[in-house]
Amino acid sequence: MARRRLTWMLPRIMMWLVRIFFAVVLAFPFYWMLITTFKRNTDLNNLKNNPFLFTEPPTLDHLRLLFHETLFPRWVLNTMFAGLIVVIITLLLALPAAYALARLTGEWGTRLGIGVFLTYLVPPTLLFIPLSKVVSFLGLQDSLWSIIVVYPTFTIPFSTWLLMGFFKSIPRDLEDAAMVDGLTQWGAFVKLMIPMSTSGILTVVIFAFTLVTQEFVYALTFISSAAHQTVGVGVPTFLVRGDVYYWGSLMAACLITSLPIGFLYNLFLDRFIEGFTVGAVK
Amino acid sequence: MIRRQRWLGPAMFMPAIVYIVALVGVPFVMAFLYSVSDAKVGSVSYHFVGLQNFVSILHNPAFRRALQNSFVFTITSQVLVLIGANILALSLKEAFPGRRFFRFLILLPWVAPVSIGSLGWKWILDSLYSVISWVLVRFHLVNQYDTPMWLGEPKLAMMSVILVHTWHMLPFATVILLAGLTAIPKDIPEAAAVDGAGFFRTTFQITIPMMLPIINVAVLFGAIFTFTDMTVIYILTRGGPYDTTQVIPTEAFFAGILGSDLAEGAAISIFLVPLLVIAAYFVLRSAHRAEVT
Repeated sequence: MARRRLTWMLPRIMMWLVRIFFAVVLAFPFYWMLITTFKRNTDLNNLKNNPFLFTEPPTLDHLRLLFHETLFPRWVLNTMFAGLIVVIITLLLALPAAYALARLTGEWGTRLGIGVFLTYLVPPTLLFIPLSKVVSFLGLQDSLWSIIVVYPTFTIPFSTWLLMGFFKSIPRDLEDAAMVDGLTQWGAFVKLMIPMSTSGILTVVIFAFTLVTQEFVYALTFISSAAHQTVGVGVPTFLVRGDVYYWGSLMAACLITSLPIGFLYNLFLDRFIEGFTVGAVK
Repeated sequence: MIRRQRWLGPAMFMPAIVYIVALVGVPFVMAFLYSVSDAKVGSVSYHFVGLQNFVSILHNPAFRRALQNSFVFTITSQVLVLIGANILALSLKEAFPGRRFFRFLILLPWVAPVSIGSLGWKWILDSLYSVISWVLVRFHLVNQYDTPMWLGEPKLAMMSVILVHTWHMLPFATVILLAGLTAIPKDIPEAAAVDGAGFFRTTFQITIPMMLPIINVAVLFGAIFTFTDMTVIYILTRGGPYDTTQVIPTEAFFAGILGSDLAEGAAISIFLVPLLVIAAYFVLRSAHRAEVT
């Protein structure tokens, strides 16, 4: 009996140890950002102090500096603006494309869909050199609009792919019934399919938006002025003055940026993962 | 019978296709054209120079080093990710109290912007105020006046960028594997348990083999995202010290964007294409299989 209990207990204890170990290691940098944000510089810079504890009382100075004396609020606004426009462009192009590929084009619609998805694999680090020429040809160099134009190249493929899955899961009969009742194909798409896939659309909105906040390479390549940057590039490249790192404000910026985005993304992650695992999971 | 309009389908998908062709397809072709030219940032004319750029970069020891680093970076981090993600996914499979909270903590490295996460690590690995060094000093594992230069010493720097990238990719592989685990019918491992197989035997002989297709997906996307990434390295080391942590994407960036040599940068980034072709082949194959079954 005792042996039986041991074989029952052992895997469970190990599971908990594994969970706690990974949670601590993976979340540690964010905990460290939190600690650093509220520590005085003199506390941070004293090697004798235990870095895990507050030897001196906590302070809000780093946050004050970040919001009043840096471009951080501007970068947040830039990012939100770019995110909003990219989401609109993505929906306008991906929704009809996904519907057409899922419903109107038969066999080769799926193949074309896979082809579109494959373009998501072409990385920014292959395209940034020619795209920098394209961006300057369009007169968008050093403008927030450069990334607004370029980002849909990776949000559209992924969103089309996800929405295709959504549209396919809606029974065809519903659409046929609506069309017998007098709706046109386009009418069925606008009045029936779009309202029925609000959760899919919401997923796409979140993804397009979070991908915009996470992208680094294009924004770094196309935008050179600090004032036009997004958060993801502005914080690591322009918040560092000369060789001086203001770690308190830097970590405050990191924390403020990563937690909301992380939280939003987390809510919809399972849907996102479905996009990758089509074909491997049945 | 409902009349379907034949032109409506193409009219609805064409805008998206045109957008992607214009801003992915055209630049993709341009990358090849630049790689066989002598294009600079300011130049307007185009001169075909054949494979001259490829010959010159292949003779460049810095590029060969970057190519080698790219493989070390990708293979090492993917092996670590695969081991870690398998263990982690198995530990998260069953429901347990606080599962959502744990999931949130574990996913943070993937869902937070990677440039921001890397910056957090840059502070943790600081040459003077590194908390890791502080702990090591505290336990008398290293000398207080000779703490490790995590990002300043070639071997340590390479190790650091690999581990930070592993940290970033681990959650992504874990959720993919979790999706696969939940898709395995519960009765199969249960039947094995009834037949007398223990926890480890069930895991290694039933669960992991059944997971192979999904493990392939995790490795495939993980390898692409790693081989083509430059964010972690750009933020942590900028390819230094002494170019010892340069990889293909950072080389292409420094040559083509910062160095204004479009042709050389394009030629360097073309070395990313073979992996993409392999990846595309596997995606198509698995999609085809999904279609057939």
